[in-house]
Amino acid sequence: MIEITGVTKYYGTYPVLKNCSTHVSKGEVVVVCGPSGSGKSTLIKCVNALEPIQQGSIKVDGIEVNDPATNLPDLRSRVGLVFQNFELFPHLSIEENIMIAQRIVLGRSESLARKQAMTLLDRVGMSGHAQKYPGQLSGGQQQRVAIARALAMNPKAMLFDEPTSALDPEMISEVLDVMTNLACEGMTMMVVTHEMGFARRVASRMIFIDQGEIVEDRPTEAFFTEGRNPRAEAFLSKILHH
Amino acid sequence: MSFWSWSGFFDYLVNPFILGGVLTTIWLTAVSLVFGLMLGLLIALMRRSKLGLVRSLGVFYVWLFRGTPLLVQLIVIYTALPQVGIRFSVVQAALIGLALNEAAYLAEIIRAGIQAVPDGQSRAARALGMTERQIMRHIVMPQAFKVIIPPLGNSVNGLLKTTSVTSVISMEELLRRTQVLIQEKFMVLELFAVAAFYYLLLTSVWDFVQRRIERDFGQSTAVASLTEKR
Ligand SMILES: Nc1ncnc2c1ncn2[C@@H]1O[C@H](COP(=O)(O)OP(=O)(O)O)[C@@H](O)[C@H]1O
Ligand SMILES: [Mg+2]
Repeated sequence: MIEITGVTKYYGTYPVLKNCSTHVSKGEVVVVCGPSGSGKSTLIKCVNALEPIQQGSIKVDGIEVNDPATNLPDLRSRVGLVFQNFELFPHLSIEENIMIAQRIVLGRSESLARKQAMTLLDRVGMSGHAQKYPGQLSGGQQQRVAIARALAMNPKAMLFDEPTSALDPEMISEVLDVMTNLACEGMTMMVVTHEMGFARRVASRMIFIDQGEIVEDRPTEAFFTEGRNPRAEAFLSKILHH
Repeated sequence: MSFWSWSGFFDYLVNPFILGGVLTTIWLTAVSLVFGLMLGLLIALMRRSKLGLVRSLGVFYVWLFRGTPLLVQLIVIYTALPQVGIRFSVVQAALIGLALNEAAYLAEIIRAGIQAVPDGQSRAARALGMTERQIMRHIVMPQAFKVIIPPLGNSVNGLLKTTSVTSVISMEELLRRTQVLIQEKFMVLELFAVAAFYYLLLTSVWDFVQRRIERDFGQSTAVASLTEKR
């Protein structure tokens, strides 16, 4: 579903990603971890064509992301992206947040878009809040709405960039539960997170990035039990015993 | 009392010639505001363009029109351009001058409003597949609007008074008509007091309106109707 081959990306002359290759198969959940500034967000943004790459190739559902001929809005609407800071639209109600891209990007009718919004709000346990505004919700609730907003486009894959990092501890599980359900339903997911409990339960593979390089890319069980690269070791011991 | 005539003051307060001037001041403000807003939005968007040349044109425009007095701009438009064969009537020259000048200031206000909307909002909209135009219209502008309203209101207050500058090209707005009567009647203080009274009235009424608009937009979040989204 997602094929990343030899990707190198620079911000100016600074290499953020160095010759990265990996893939996410259909229905697979891959967790990406690594120190702050290692390039995790950048990798996610490149997959969704929010950032251009200088070398290599990224294919999503067979479509080359970096090809100038690719219709980017169309491609992006097929890959859901969930941000650390939710980024709900504060001037729109919860329902409208989920409807707007369906209306103007997919051209769905108002009633169809509303029906889809209600279905997804129900799925993330937020159906009672359709008429509220983002500012009236807690962080965990906003993030669940953001997931519903991405799902409303019927994406083929979902990308998550530290979806629980901005949340108070007591709200983390409500978001992880929604993500776990999504994974169980067979959604293809690439998740940047430091929630190792979630990773062990849900991920089939673990990727560790350090300084723009993919240092580890292994099945989850092997990643957690076998010997690891020293850099991954040092990182994991920090986040597991903080 | 020979320095001040109350009856003169009150007579001119309801003088049809003066009232006509007040009306002219109002529509001059309104029309140049509307054109200034449209041009200002265009300039603000130009200054965010990916194309360097377009951006430079926007910067140049603001630099030119903010860096020269309106008085000079009006005189150039009305009396200097005919020299190269471009002729405008007084009303046209006044409107063009005011709108061009206002646009430069409004462009800066609109640009600041757009910049106040966090980049994450555009990124989220882009990730949902919206085009740059759709993002601007449905996500950025509605949020920028709230930031724009207070300085925009202040700019309208300024514009109400700035219209008086067009009197130099004999645009018959409030100040010009006041001066015309002064030439005939010599009631200098009374007539200027009448003019000041009407400027104060206009700006006070506008202040009131502005406060209501700010209150309405500050409290409830703007409810965008989805019916006109496409
Ligand atoms: N827009 C940008 N311009 C320049 N440098 C950037 C930009 N975004 C990120 N970086 C740099 O790229 C590196 C990787 O950033 P990022 O992908 O956000 O890391 P992570 O998500 O792993 O914390 C960091 O050193 C960061 O400072
Ligand atoms: Mg990051």
